[in-house]
Amino acid sequence: MKNGATPMTADKTGPKPSIIPTLYELSVRGRRGIDLPNPDVPEAPLPADELGSDCDLPELSQLDVVRHFLALSQRNFGVDTGFYPLGSCTMKYNPKVNERIAGLAGFAETHPLQDPESVQGSLGLMFSLQEWLAQIGGFAGVSLQPSAGAHGEFTGLLMMRAYHRDRGEPDRTRILIPDSAHGTNPASTTMAGFTAVELPSDARGNVDLDSVRAACDRTVAGIMMTNPNTLGLFEEHIAEVVRLVHDCGGLVYGDGANMNALAGIARPGDLGFDVMHFNLHKTFATPHGGGGPGSGPVGVSARLTDFLPGPVIDVDRSGTDGARYLLAKPRKSIGQVSTFFGNFGMFVRAYAYIRQHGGEGLRANSEHAVLNANYLRIKLRDTFRVPFDRMNMHEFVCQGAVEGTGIRALDISKRLLDYGFHPPTNYFPLIVPEALMIEPTETESKPTLDAFVEAMQAIAAEAQSDPALVKGAPHNTSVRRLDEVKAARTLVLSDRAKAGGG
Amino acid sequence: MTYVPHTEPERAEMLAAIGVDRIEKLFGDVPEHFRFPKLALPPPCSEIDIEREMRALADRNFGVDPSASFLGAGAYHHYRPATVDYVLQRGELYTAYTPYQPEVSQGVLQALFEYQSMMCRLTALEVSNASHYDGATALAEAVLLALNVGQGKRNKILLSAAVHPQYRAVVRTYLRGTHAAVLAGDEDPSADLDRLKSQLDDATAALVIQSPNFFGQFETVEGLAALVHGAGALLIVVADPIALGRFRPPGAYGADIAVADGQCLGIPPSFGGPHLGIFATRMAHVRRLSGHLVGETVDLDGRRGYVLTLATREQHIRRAKATSNICTNSTVCALAATAYLATMGKTGLRQVAELCFQKSHYAAAEIARLDGFQINPQAPGQPFFKEFVVRLPRPVAEVNRRLREEFGIIGGYDLGPHYPHLQQHMLIAVTELNTRAAIDRFVVALDHIAK
Repeated sequence: MKNGATPMTADKTGPKPSIIPTLYELSVRGRRGIDLPNPDVPEAPLPADELGSDCDLPELSQLDVVRHFLALSQRNFGVDTGFYPLGSCTMKYNPKVNERIAGLAGFAETHPLQDPESVQGSLGLMFSLQEWLAQIGGFAGVSLQPSAGAHGEFTGLLMMRAYHRDRGEPDRTRILIPDSAHGTNPASTTMAGFTAVELPSDARGNVDLDSVRAACDRTVAGIMMTNPNTLGLFEEHIAEVVRLVHDCGGLVYGDGANMNALAGIARPGDLGFDVMHFNLHKTFATPHGGGGPGSGPVGVSARLTDFLPGPVIDVDRSGTDGARYLLAKPRKSIGQVSTFFGNFGMFVRAYAYIRQHGGEGLRANSEHAVLNANYLRIKLRDTFRVPFDRMNMHEFVCQGAVEGTGIRALDISKRLLDYGFHPPTNYFPLIVPEALMIEPTETESKPTLDAFVEAMQAIAAEAQSDPALVKGAPHNTSVRRLDEVKAARTLVLSDRAKAGGG
Repeated sequence: MTYVPHTEPERAEMLAAIGVDRIEKLFGDVPEHFRFPKLALPPPCSEIDIEREMRALADRNFGVDPSASFLGAGAYHHYRPATVDYVLQRGELYTAYTPYQPEVSQGVLQALFEYQSMMCRLTALEVSNASHYDGATALAEAVLLALNVGQGKRNKILLSAAVHPQYRAVVRTYLRGTHAAVLAGDEDPSADLDRLKSQLDDATAALVIQSPNFFGQFETVEGLAALVHGAGALLIVVADPIALGRFRPPGAYGADIAVADGQCLGIPPSFGGPHLGIFATRMAHVRRLSGHLVGETVDLDGRRGYVLTLATREQHIRRAKATSNICTNSTVCALAATAYLATMGKTGLRQVAELCFQKSHYAAAEIARLDGFQINPQAPGQPFFKEFVVRLPRPVAEVNRRLREEFGIIGGYDLGPHYPHLQQHMLIAVTELNTRAAIDRFVVALDHIAK
């Protein structure tokens, strides 16, 4: 259904579309989806001891396969489908030309272990992207290797750990983390061998400065700051927080998930951040892929460049025939965090995206992301309470409970599906009850935002007039609310059907 | 090029609604001194220009038809059916986020459920997660799971030296944050499986092998699981998904965890990523598993549907106590693998595996006839799958340069840098895409270069 169209109401609900059989249920013994060539070489005997029994893969015709996945895609919602204001996820438009470019044989078919001399195109691209990200973030060095935001966090924390050990301070074991942080921050902290220490937020939505001050001592390895934070607010005391942590010998980690508010607006490196991951799949519009792959390059200040994961790309300009790009391992590198160079296919898209925009274009993106988010806050704040109602950055948080009706954030979200919108992030950050975290991004137009506002207002009215309608939502999706308790209790995690029905 | 849709009147109307006259005024909270830095980036360009520029950049990479490439070592040229591209181009799938709203994410969720089902079948194990970043990070997470099972009493991980060197490097990096964990087994790069087995003790949490190993050879796994389990440790196997179409799966010989890189299943090499981390294990470990899991359930009307489940293991619920920090994974690559395996089916995957086997053995036999070349000198006669080691009469770097420059062929992987005892040894990969004619040309080229 189109954004802003009149929703189907409960009593108008017609028959539901049938369930889509699984690949195993569709399987019929003897069907083929593809022909492969006969061997053009003499046959060598297969080693009898190593042979397996027939593997139980489904057997389908090629048309079966195509129809199956087409049907599945029709039961999925992406940015290409409609407005997707999922807070902290930056669901902006993914330019189609970048997909075409990433598929060029020179990029897609190139093997990562080829002689560097023979892959100067790829290495040059990676070198430029390192330089550009360093420029955008205000950093001295960048490694592209981490494969996602959380992977970048883990990488950054391992660098911080190596830095303190290198300086003879292995007892710095605590990482300070505001209570508004993404769950990945404390999880990465544990994986990196540190202890997470949670800090409260103040009445204006900033990390509480007194708590930072009280926590700073010789056991602090650093702080993880998301700025703007997950309330969409620029930390008003960021300079003081950075100073306090640095003064006690700690380092400042930046969670770059919200960089779409800052590109061309302010550089985290200038603010004193020592290390930050970029989410190429957020700020630089590489597709989220239904959950990945992402890409999480890390930028660092001068004191951490020696610790970057390698290989990084270096340049030799001494020759007469132009720049030569080569692989380099930083002097005290923490090592490799993934195979080869990381998610190169995402580097291609991010490179093309930055190149299309230039510095002014990136700034315009952030400006309009912030414009859209503030516009939505102003339009919605009379209907849904905004607990920290001040100028926000690229996202804001309101409360989805409708007083006196029993309607909760989850119900609002599910009803939005009937109106053709993807819901905001629910119940995060944890410090706001019934949180709806709304991030419109810059690629949405005013008519789309207005239609979303109308839908939110209509749902608030429905909550009063017909709460059962909202409680029972969604009504016009392919399935209704799903039983998550049953899923966790029965744990059916793979198809029980046998291929070929046998 | 901009993708911002706002017209000037719309912008003015929105600013007026907010109560500011200029867009810059939205940024009052940003310290003035740092506001609006000038970024030293190239100027913007149009869609036509970017495509032209990127084509020129791509053309700076040396490329050949995959039939003339013999480089593998963890990333492979295999045929990708057109159906895979078709599925990956569906915007409803690839422009979606992680399926946290299941009612509008049944497409991705069901496909991932089917992916999990096929991974269980391929590995002969009971549960698969919805993917990791790549094979190496899947192995690192498997090692962390084994240490978790060991509960601090078992801190040693025995890593075979015949596991991909980059996988071992990634495991080492991951364990930097894990106190007291010890990685052993690969101190001597020439050590064999018997040496590894002899290091098993009551402090061992897991023994890790790759089979077919980094050199392409099947490891001798008879009795291995019993030995490892007898010592109270887990057996972790790095597998090749294509080989599983014809050869014994890890679960069948007692592995507790199988990991693999799924790039070979319909995903281009793409200069090393994105790839796909496959992770399967036994149900006994399901609550220690990292990453998303899709489970079957029913909706309010009792109709079948799928949701992300056991989220209490994950970072967004459990925070500092989560089994892993992983959130974004490699879903699109898992979709590619699902479409690949659905198209191939059991017969197709078996044929691909057999073609790899036959063609690599043909190539090995032909090279063995050349003067000065030796096949698998360290383990002659050990069965191999699609890769094999060749001792060359000249340095690998020189041979590869001449193959490229004089013959338009991409040669194999130089084993010397990671295996000091294998100087002048090349790892050669042959898949269904290498034609007999291309293999013959490769053999002639090697012979010519050797003389």
